[in-house]
Amino acid sequence: MLTIFNLHARVDEKEILKGLNLKIKAGEVHAIMGPNGSGKSTLAGVIAGRDAFDVTEGDVLFEGKDLLDMDAEVRAREGVFLAFQHPIEIPGVSNMYFLRAAVNAVRKHRGQEELDGGKFLKLVKEKMKVLHMSDDLLKRPVNEGFSGGEKKRNEIFQMAVLEPKLCVLDETDSGLDIDALRTVAEGVNAMRSKERAILVITHHQRLLDHLVPDFVHVLLDGRIVKSGGKELALELEKKGYEEFACQPVAV
Amino acid sequence: MTEYDTMTALLEDKDIYLSSFAAREKKWKASDPTWLAKLRQAAIDRFAALGFPTLDDEEWRSTPLTALTRIPFQLATGPVQEPPTEATLPLTVTGKDWTQLLFVNGQFVRLLPSTAELASGAVVGSLAQALRNGPAALKDHLGRHADCEDNAFIALNTAFLDDGAAVQLPKNCVNPQPIHLIFLSVPGSEPTACHPRNLIVLEANSQATVVESYLTAGEGDSFTNAVTEVVLGEGACLDYYKVQRESQEAFHVHTLQVQQARSSQFSSHSFTFGGRLSRSDSNAVLDGEGCECTLNGLYLGGGEQLIDNHTRIDHAKPHCASHELYKGILDGKAHGIFNGKIHVHPDAQKTDAKQTNQTLLLSEDAIINTKPQLEIYADDVKCTHGATVGQLDALALFYLRSRGLGLAEARALLVYAFANDIIGRVKIESLRTELEQLLRLPVGSAGDERRA
Ligand SMILES: Nc1ncnc2c1ncn2[C@@H]1O[C@H](COP(=O)(O)OP(=O)(O)OP(=O)(O)O)[C@@H](O)[C@H]1O
Ligand SMILES: [Mg+2]
Repeated sequence: MLTIFNLHARVDEKEILKGLNLKIKAGEVHAIMGPNGSGKSTLAGVIAGRDAFDVTEGDVLFEGKDLLDMDAEVRAREGVFLAFQHPIEIPGVSNMYFLRAAVNAVRKHRGQEELDGGKFLKLVKEKMKVLHMSDDLLKRPVNEGFSGGEKKRNEIFQMAVLEPKLCVLDETDSGLDIDALRTVAEGVNAMRSKERAILVITHHQRLLDHLVPDFVHVLLDGRIVKSGGKELALELEKKGYEEFACQPVAV
Repeated sequence: MTEYDTMTALLEDKDIYLSSFAAREKKWKASDPTWLAKLRQAAIDRFAALGFPTLDDEEWRSTPLTALTRIPFQLATGPVQEPPTEATLPLTVTGKDWTQLLFVNGQFVRLLPSTAELASGAVVGSLAQALRNGPAALKDHLGRHADCEDNAFIALNTAFLDDGAAVQLPKNCVNPQPIHLIFLSVPGSEPTACHPRNLIVLEANSQATVVESYLTAGEGDSFTNAVTEVVLGEGACLDYYKVQRESQEAFHVHTLQVQQARSSQFSSHSFTFGGRLSRSDSNAVLDGEGCECTLNGLYLGGGEQLIDNHTRIDHAKPHCASHELYKGILDGKAHGIFNGKIHVHPDAQKTDAKQTNQTLLLSEDAIINTKPQLEIYADDVKCTHGATVGQLDALALFYLRSRGLGLAEARALLVYAFANDIIGRVKIESLRTELEQLLRLPVGSAGDERRA
C-alpha cells in the first residue's frame, strides 16, 4: 500500500530525513519508535503532505500512485489519514460542521453522494459510541479548549468517521489516561482490516499491548536503523536506543 | 500634482457644495422654520471654513479623500425616475415582521408592507415630517450632539439637513420588533450625493432595536454622507446595527453620535462590506453613571477598497463600562484603518473600558493601520486595549486540508470562523443568518454584488 524509498526531507534547510525506506502492505500494523527529534513526526508530515517539509530526494508511492505529487487534501481523499501529535485548535468552527465538510469532500472524490444532515448524524452517532465521545465535544469548536486526551480521542474519532485506507497515528497514546488509552486502542483495533494499513508512532509499549503490531521499526537520525517483530518494542523498552546510536546504518 | 494644484483643486471641490447649498436654500426658504434655516446656515459656514480634511488632519491621516473631492457630486434632488419596488429592491433582509422604512437618496419614500406593529406612543417615520408635526423633543435634540465644529462631513450633512429617519419612544416604551431603515442610493447620470440625517430618541427606560442598511441600486458614482444622532434617556436601551453594502463605486461616510444618560445601554454592531471608500465614525458620550456601551464591528474589504473605522468613547461619568471589538478581513489591495479613542474624563472613576482590534490579512498587498488612543485623566480605572494583525494560520490550513477540505474551502472556513465571532453576537436571528450568507461570498465581491 505504501512504499517509501530513499526519502530525504528538510525543514528550513536542515536535513531531517536522510534516506528512509519503509514498505507497508494492506492489513498490516507497523510501529515506529525512536528518540525525540529523530524525525518521526517529519515522516508523518511528509506522508500527509505538509508543505513545510521539503522533499529533496526519494519516492513515496501510495497504492502505486506518486503521493508526493498530490496536495494534502487529495491524499486525504485518496485515503491517507494522519492523527496529529499536536492536534490544531480551530476556534469558531464546530467539530460537527468540520467533520461533515471533510466527510463530504472525501465522498465527492470517491464519486459517492454527499451525506445530508440526518445520514451524517447517524454515521457519527455510531462512531461516537465506539470512542465514548460526548455530544458536547462534537458541538464545540474543533479542539478548542479540549484537554490533551480529548484532542487525541477526537483525532481517532475523525479517523473512524473518515474510514481511511492508511492510518498514521503520531503519538496518539501520549497524554491519554489508562482508560482512555484502552478506548482509543479499541477504536483503532476495530478499524483493523485486510484492506487497511496502520502506522503508529509511539514511545511506549503500553499502546502496543493493546494494538499489537506486525512490525516494529527503529527510527534514528532520519533513517530506519532496525526492523523486527513485536518483540523489538519490548527490547527497546528495556535497553533504550543507545545501542543503535553507534551502529552502522542497516538498510 | 504640485502643492498649489492640490490647493486649488480642494477649493473648487468645496465650491461645488457651496453652490449646491445656495441653490437648495432658495427652495427651502419658503417652507422651513427659521431655526432650521439658522442651523443649516451655521453648518455651511462651518464647512466653508473647514473645507475637506487632508492627510495633515490627525483624524484623516491615513484616509486620502482626493478621489472623493475630485468628483463633482451634485445633490440628489426630487424623486428618482423609477423608484424601486419590493421586487427590485437589492435586499435580502426582508424582515416581514419588522417595521421597514425605505429612503431613496436620503428622502423618505414609504413604509414597506409588514406585519409589525409599533408600540403605542412610538413615533417612527420621516424626519422631515416629524420636524413639522412630530414631538418637540426631536427638534430639541437635532444637531445638539453631532458637532459641526471640527468635522466637515457633519457640517456638510447638517447644512443639507432635510430628511432621514426619526425614531422617538416615550418613557417606558418597549418597541417589540426591529425598525429597519433602508437607505438606497440611486446614482443618476451625474455623480450623486445625499446626506441622510437620522435622529433616534429613546426616553427613560424605553427599548428598541434599529437596523440601518445602506445599499446602492444601479451604476455610477454616489456619495452618501449620513449622520445618526442617538439620544438615550435614563435606563433606555438601544440595540443598533448597521450594514453597509454599497457599490464598488460608492463613497460612504457616516457618523454615529450617541449620547447616553445614567444607566442606559447602547450596543452597536457595524458591518462594512461595500463602498470604494467607507469611513465610519462611531462616537459615544457616557454622560451618566452606570452606562454600558458596546461598539463592535466587522469589515471585509477586497480590491482597492478603503475601509476606515474610527471610534471614540467619552467616559464622562464614573462607573461606566465600554467594550469594543472590531475585526477585519482584508484581501487584494484593500486598506483598512481602525482608530479607537477612549477618553476618560477626570470625574470618571471606576471606568472599565476594553478595546480590541483584530485583522486578518489575506494577501500581501492588503494593509491595516490600527491605532488605539487612550486618554486617561482619572486614576482609578481599568482600561485595556489590544491589536493583532495576522495571516491565516498555516498549520490550521494544513489540518483542514489533511482531512480532505480543498485549499479554497479551508481558507473560507478559517475566514468564516474569524468573522463569526462578531456575527454570533447579533441578537436578531434573521439578520444573523443573512450576515452569515454574505460572509460565505468571496471577500471583496463586496457591495451590490453581495446580494443573494
Ligand atoms: N518547522 C520546523 N522548523 C525547524 N525545525 C523543525 C521543524 N519541524 C521539525 N524540526 C526539527 O526536526 C527534527 C525532527 O523533528 P520531529 O518532530 O520529526 O521529531 P520526532 O521524532 O517526532 O520527535 P518527538 O519524539 O519529540 O515527537 C527536530 O530536531 C526538530 O527540531
Ligand atoms: Mg513527533
